[in-house]
Amino acid sequence: MPHSRILPAAAALMLMSGLAACDNKQTAGSNENEVLAQYRANPKFADRIVGDKFSGYVFASPETQTMQDDDFENPGMLAVQDGETEWSTVAGSAGKSCASCHGDAAKSMKGVAVTYPKFEPKRGKLANIEHRINLCRTEQMKAPELKWESKPLLGLTAYVEYQSRGLPISVKVDGAAQPFFEEGKKFYYTRRGQMDIACNQCHEANAGMSIGVENLSQGQSNGYPTYRLKWQSFGSLHRRFEGCNEEVRAQPFPRGSDEYTNLELFVAWRGNGLKSEAPSVRR
Amino acid sequence: MAEDIKPRIRVPQSAKKDEIIEIKTLISHPMESGQRKDSQGKTIPRKIINKMTVAFNGKQVFEAKLEPAISANPYLSFFLKCTQSGSLEFAWTDDDGSTYKATQAITVA
Repeated sequence: MPHSRILPAAAALMLMSGLAACDNKQTAGSNENEVLAQYRANPKFADRIVGDKFSGYVFASPETQTMQDDDFENPGMLAVQDGETEWSTVAGSAGKSCASCHGDAAKSMKGVAVTYPKFEPKRGKLANIEHRINLCRTEQMKAPELKWESKPLLGLTAYVEYQSRGLPISVKVDGAAQPFFEEGKKFYYTRRGQMDIACNQCHEANAGMSIGVENLSQGQSNGYPTYRLKWQSFGSLHRRFEGCNEEVRAQPFPRGSDEYTNLELFVAWRGNGLKSEAPSVRR
Repeated sequence: MAEDIKPRIRVPQSAKKDEIIEIKTLISHPMESGQRKDSQGKTIPRKIINKMTVAFNGKQVFEAKLEPAISANPYLSFFLKCTQSGSLEFAWTDDDGSTYKATQAITVA
């Protein structure tokens, strides 16, 4: 059979799943198609590409990029502002705020967020920034946990992440974190949902290709939490995971669940070396 | 939720006479369109910024009428030619009747 005649069933399946047929022309690197090669050639993106890792920024439209570049226009900065207020707001019976122990976040939190998620002995499993904040609240401040995706928790997360903006993502996946990393990896490569699609099928095999009108990114997490235009609001990485799971018609896991936290570590590790852009703007 | 609504403005602090400057404004606001329904199927009432005005030394220099299709946290920017020093007064009008205000002085040399 001539090469150009793809199995009709397979072609139909690809259309059904919303994946544009990929012409598989490799130009540079092991997994780099023409679109990615174009991004690589653009000097504007020099700072956003590390090795074969492409920040979500390069896949965004120029308008979205402009919005992110200017801190005034970037609505994510509103969350950072919220977080700044929250940082020094006393809560709980211990009469403490974040600032009581950690002082000036610009100093104490610099470079912290890029190392998360990490193994947290108090939980006996991984903790991401949100978990860590809530742990501080219950242990040190004697305050109730903040609800996932609530304004104060998103704000604080954004504020802490913001202190590491521009620093390279550097999560560790050895030692105690290793089994959780393996779980996350397994999640990433497991097909799920009615569409029967795994994360890698979009974000590794087809990054740069189109999915409907969307541009498929590598699914890097260096911009999270992000202001997402589709949401018209600021949101966490786990909210994004949920969206992806729904997209393949799978039952999403709860935000903050172990499944998503393990996945978060794997996804962060994929982007190790990319500069943190939080709070970013994404479509 | 009114306490969550914060206007932000960016105006150059000084300008040369007759210089054209860019004024940027952003207000954090949900811009609830009135078209959405909640989990009980009830319509979520419309709550948007419906008007935004800017006055320079009391004289109106900019006005915008905003509609429900405008996204959350509306960002508006415009250009202004400066002929004299004075203060810019910004006002956003909400559907519930409240107005959010901000002012900024500008020195024209």
